[in-house]
Amino acid sequence: MSHAAVEFQGVWKKFSRGEKHDSLRDLIPALANSILRKPKQIEDLRREEFWALHDVSFQLSPGDALAIIGPNGSGKSTALKLLSGILRPDRGGVRVRGRLGTLIELGAGFHPDLTGRENIYLNGTILGMRREEIDRKFDAIVDFSELHDFLDTPVKRYSSGMFARLGFSVAAHVDPEVLVVDEVLSVGDYHFQQRCYDRMREFIRNGTSVIFVSHSMPAVTGLCKQALLLRRGEPLFLGDTTTAIQMYHSLHQEESKDSDIEILDAAVTDATGAAREVFEPGEQLNIDISFKALKPVPKSHAALLIRTVDGQFVLDTATSKLIENSSIELSPGDVAHVRFTVDMNLRNGVFELGFTLTSEIEIIDKFIYYNGALKRVVMVGDRKANGFVHMNPSAAMSIVRK
Amino acid sequence: MASQSIAQKLPAPAEPKPGIFAGYLSYKDLLFMLMWRDVTIRYKQAIMGFAWALLMPVLIIGSSLIIMVGYSSLTGRSVKTSDVLAVAVRAIPWAFFSSAIRFATNSLTANKELVTKIYFPRQILPLATVLASLFDFGVASVAMILVLFAVQIGASLQLLWVPVLLVLLLMIATGLGILLSCGNLFYRDVKYLVDIALTYGIFFTPVFYSPSMMGKWANLVYLNPLSPILDGLSRIIIYQQAPQLEWIAYSAGWAVVLSLAAWKIFSKAEPSFAERI
Repeated sequence: MSHAAVEFQGVWKKFSRGEKHDSLRDLIPALANSILRKPKQIEDLRREEFWALHDVSFQLSPGDALAIIGPNGSGKSTALKLLSGILRPDRGGVRVRGRLGTLIELGAGFHPDLTGRENIYLNGTILGMRREEIDRKFDAIVDFSELHDFLDTPVKRYSSGMFARLGFSVAAHVDPEVLVVDEVLSVGDYHFQQRCYDRMREFIRNGTSVIFVSHSMPAVTGLCKQALLLRRGEPLFLGDTTTAIQMYHSLHQEESKDSDIEILDAAVTDATGAAREVFEPGEQLNIDISFKALKPVPKSHAALLIRTVDGQFVLDTATSKLIENSSIELSPGDVAHVRFTVDMNLRNGVFELGFTLTSEIEIIDKFIYYNGALKRVVMVGDRKANGFVHMNPSAAMSIVRK
Repeated sequence: MASQSIAQKLPAPAEPKPGIFAGYLSYKDLLFMLMWRDVTIRYKQAIMGFAWALLMPVLIIGSSLIIMVGYSSLTGRSVKTSDVLAVAVRAIPWAFFSSAIRFATNSLTANKELVTKIYFPRQILPLATVLASLFDFGVASVAMILVLFAVQIGASLQLLWVPVLLVLLLMIATGLGILLSCGNLFYRDVKYLVDIALTYGIFFTPVFYSPSMMGKWANLVYLNPLSPILDGLSRIIIYQQAPQLEWIAYSAGWAVVLSLAAWKIFSKAEPSFAERI
């Protein structure tokens, strides 16, 4: 227990939606209040306040990797900021033993007017390195970033990819005992991302505890055996990553319960019209969805999503892309029927068929209904290849012997 | 749904805060780097470069020279070199003070990225800006010392007071700078108030004039904690006189109170910086 590298004990953190004080006029009473205040009654939420984290606990031993997953606004980044000391909890304890490295934002603290070389020193000290330590690691940092030719260029002339590379390279050489990573690897090219993941795996092997926040489920699965699932600040599940991810995906279904529409029927059939759950590569799949409007549905389109159980999308199509003038506009009580037909050119495995109804009126797409896993199908029978898609591979070969 | 609570709930936040001095020591490289950054970027892409450090004092001295010459043509008394030098000796620390306060006030808000993304003791940000201004002060002081040598100004044991007065000035600038940086983080009004205060402050601080010129109002001028320090410096360096000890003690009182208040209030407010910036 006392050897844990990271302890997060019953942590509560509240945020305010609006501004707390709008002008200097409120400052004097507020300051006097905050200095003289007795231990405050933190359970009381004021009107504008909400729990960003609600009794969250976990602990990590050296070499453990924990992923924190959950929908946007679930408190993932707040948890990381509490860990790194940027925020203090309202209740509970946060303890980190050993040097903490944070990859919350790459290159935070880079100054655009300074050169790459100067920023390595600046950013390195900001991340907690001593100057002689940076001297020692300087070449390794530059090698990792592969920015040898741009060291004396001000970083304001860097591309965003170069910026991120330099940022990660500095951060990757802090040699932290606890590393906190927040969705920073989405920038940079594929090759660099892979090296970042390799570097993080190396950290974990060497006994660094890693806390990783990401929306990329393959990355989460690849790095962490354990995951914490948060929703609106509340811990829903702490345990093995696969289960956490499945629960994460099933959250969407729950979210849609008080929907504006009701799904009356959803059926998966093959080309002959027979109900099927198991398909072979190349077979045709029909999915028929009937739904009833409970409230007025503004102009919208229906979409079919197909994804793997670990969250990789393999298809995202919509009536608006397939049928002309296909806006669906319903009054309460109207029933609509949508059929999608696809050729299941997929590898073996379990795939989820999702269905969404999206308003076309809002500037930003707004889901009227979202269910990422309305139906499940199993693909079998492809023994020729691995991968995402069934591409009907064949091969020919010859050997010339001397 | 399963929610596993591994540890017992704790009654209250119990995070021991590192001692302020221990914090500074282990972050001294960071303090130095941020100071170096502030100095560097101020002069990067600037043709005049470090000459800018001299500009502000030179402007003050120049304008006071105009006033003095104008005044002497009215009264018929000639302008004395020592009076001009006295203005110069007061102008340089004033320029330091005003630039330190101005930059310190904005130091937290200008580094929003760092405040919201990376943890380190936040005192370092205003401190680094004060030190960067101190660098300018050093450049200007070297120039001043060369001038003083050139005109062969006399020296006396009173010069031993100079470091004491400069430490008091530094304490006041740092304390006030830290408080204002904190204030400006919560209320952006503060930086406008600081701008106004610094613009008009020069009239209430003996830079162009010495308090003795005010006759019976001199004590009123001394109420400004900077006055005994600036006046003391010109007395010691130019006129080889002792500073007014009782007023120096008064300034020292301010220096201590401001430093303690800055420490106390800043530490109290720091946990909410990231949320409120």
